[in-house]
Amino acid sequence: MTTKIKVDHVSKIFGPKPKTVIPMIEDGMSKDEILEKTGHTVGVYDASFDIQEGEIFVIMGLSGSGKSTLIRCFNLLNKPTTGAIYVDDENIVEYNTQALKQFRQNKIAMVFQHFGLFSHRTVLGNVEYGLEIRGVPKEEREKIARENLEVVGLKGWEDKYPDELSGGMQQRVGLARALANDPDILLMDEPFSALDPLIRREMQLELLDIQERLKKTIVFITHDINEAFKIGDRVAVMKDGKVVQVGTPEEILEKPANDYISEFIKDIDRSKVLQAESIMIKPNALVSLKDGLKVAVKEMEENGLSSVFVVDRQRHLQGIVTIDDAINGIKQKKTIQDVIKPDVSVADRSEYIQDLIPKALESRFPIAVVNDDNRLEGIILRVHVLSSLAAEDTD
Amino acid sequence: MDFPDITTTIGDYVKAFIDFLDENLEPFFDFIFLISSRSINGFEQFLLYIPWWVFLLLIFLLGWRFKSPFSGVLYAAFIFLVGTFGMWEEMMTTLSIVLVSVLASLIIGIPTGILMALSKGFSVVMRPILDAMQTMPSFVYLIPVIFFFPIGNIPAVIATIIYAVPPVIRLTELGIRNVDQEVIESAESFGSSRMQMLVKVQLPQALSTIMAGINQTTMMALAMAVIGSMVGAEGLGKQVLIAINHIDISLGFEAGISIVFLAIIIDRVTAGIAERFQAHRGNVS
Ligand SMILES: Nc1ncnc2c1ncn2[C@@H]1O[C@H](COP(=O)(O)OP(=O)(O)OP(=O)(O)O)[C@@H](O)[C@H]1O
Ligand SMILES: [Mg+2]
Repeated sequence: MTTKIKVDHVSKIFGPKPKTVIPMIEDGMSKDEILEKTGHTVGVYDASFDIQEGEIFVIMGLSGSGKSTLIRCFNLLNKPTTGAIYVDDENIVEYNTQALKQFRQNKIAMVFQHFGLFSHRTVLGNVEYGLEIRGVPKEEREKIARENLEVVGLKGWEDKYPDELSGGMQQRVGLARALANDPDILLMDEPFSALDPLIRREMQLELLDIQERLKKTIVFITHDINEAFKIGDRVAVMKDGKVVQVGTPEEILEKPANDYISEFIKDIDRSKVLQAESIMIKPNALVSLKDGLKVAVKEMEENGLSSVFVVDRQRHLQGIVTIDDAINGIKQKKTIQDVIKPDVSVADRSEYIQDLIPKALESRFPIAVVNDDNRLEGIILRVHVLSSLAAEDTD
Repeated sequence: MDFPDITTTIGDYVKAFIDFLDENLEPFFDFIFLISSRSINGFEQFLLYIPWWVFLLLIFLLGWRFKSPFSGVLYAAFIFLVGTFGMWEEMMTTLSIVLVSVLASLIIGIPTGILMALSKGFSVVMRPILDAMQTMPSFVYLIPVIFFFPIGNIPAVIATIIYAVPPVIRLTELGIRNVDQEVIESAESFGSSRMQMLVKVQLPQALSTIMAGINQTTMMALAMAVIGSMVGAEGLGKQVLIAINHIDISLGFEAGISIVFLAIIIDRVTAGIAERFQAHRGNVS
């Protein structure tokens, strides 16, 4: 993984003399005190983190915490008061007008909360805009625009005007317009907040899908923790202009950096964030297809189990044998092949616990976690599925 | 109590300034005179060259296209009536003066409005000037205008521009300033230059507001027809003045109602055109 964006001690203060305020913050004055005493607003203070190439990096926080202020520094709609932002190792804060224009035209594009569409242009005209600005010939830019409209599922709507489209469709235009420029980095400031929940979920999945195919670096803002954890590879949590924690959703969920974050994640639906791999365990007993039933019984007895998974020599899952069947089988001189039950609940390691719940409820046996080749990677005990849902207090 | 015996002489300074202009900018005023009189004559000759029934047909088509078939018929009937008053030529003269005044107002007003929208400082300076232009009684600036130009159509055009240009300036500025901030930012985020931003985003977004300004400017230009005639302009306004001098009620009414007819037609048609631009183009809000 290479670092795409490096945010280095970035602060953004709003007001007539922003630089004079920095020492006051260093002395420990709060955002409110500074506003009252000096009339300056602290938008972002001392943010430092890296964003990796190809990841979806989510910035999360309550309203007014500085999310928009920060993301707008990445394309210099806001110029940081202090600090540096490196994109591909170049400090964009020092760009002159020409370099900035080049940077915006080629490397980075933004999707806006209220879409920011040009109401006087058709859907096609909107998507062409970035290319038009760059001087791409009419025919070529039209072709690219049409392709991108197809990517977002708006084929056939090219000649409509934005006000003839629903909110969800308008944001698809916004997305297509950003993608048409083929930027390395996609900035998305609460792109789905204005959409109703159903459309929103659909758009989230579609974004993940597009990301899978195009491998852009995406910086995504939301104040919805469920959305953040659903689409974020990593998440930064902001409070009062400061970045208080950066980590994967699991890391934040397991080890919240402070009470603020604990409070934040209290409402989260853990079953939609935690994946199978976080609760699977190594099976402490396994039997091979070649083994006799006696071996199987011994394994179960030694480990205090009532059933055991059966694998072949490459650890491919074959089925499960229960202790009752095994003992009966020995009496009737049968082999494992004869008594094996092939129907086992299986799961992928990235499956959400939400989806494991029905499996855990309908089966008497543990759930087997297998990879694409049906190779056994771990097992999940039914009790762990249910206990994982109870939010941990502290540990 | 009497006001203390203090006198200021601002008026004298203004007079000195006007004298200065007259002496030093003569070629400039000659140039303006030439252009305006040529274009007024040109329009007038063209309008009079069109056969009367073709003109009626054009009016009908305009009304039909931008309002409704009924309006088309009504407007054509208005114009026909003006003809029956015996004021066909006067109407064309008035139309020519209005047309030239409006065109000049747009050429001056739209760029001025754009500059005001882009520069806060310029806007602050211009605002009181525009206020003065709109509230100062027109007779006051008619005096210096006839100083520079011979009595006739031209001083009327100049006075009309001074009176009619503020709305298009104000509404151009307003239209551009009111463009949605997020739309501006999205254009900026794609790396638009200032010129691209203006031409591809701000002006098209402001178009319907600017059209409303053009409509107002046109109406105000027409309202100046009578005052313009006081400095020698020909046309319907002159007929009104003659009627006043002779206390000729029927002439006064006919000339007056002719101006009203023109005003109605011009207003409805330009408003209809503005509405056309509104579809998909207004500042969405
Ligand atoms: N242009 C500006 N001028 C002055 N203050 C600003 C400006 N933009 C933002 N702020 C202030 O900076 C702080 C952070 O605002 P910001 O818009 O970044 O918050 P946010 O996290 O995006 O909130 P939301 O979820 O409501 O969009 C707020 O206190 C806001 O009032
Ligand atoms: Mg915001």
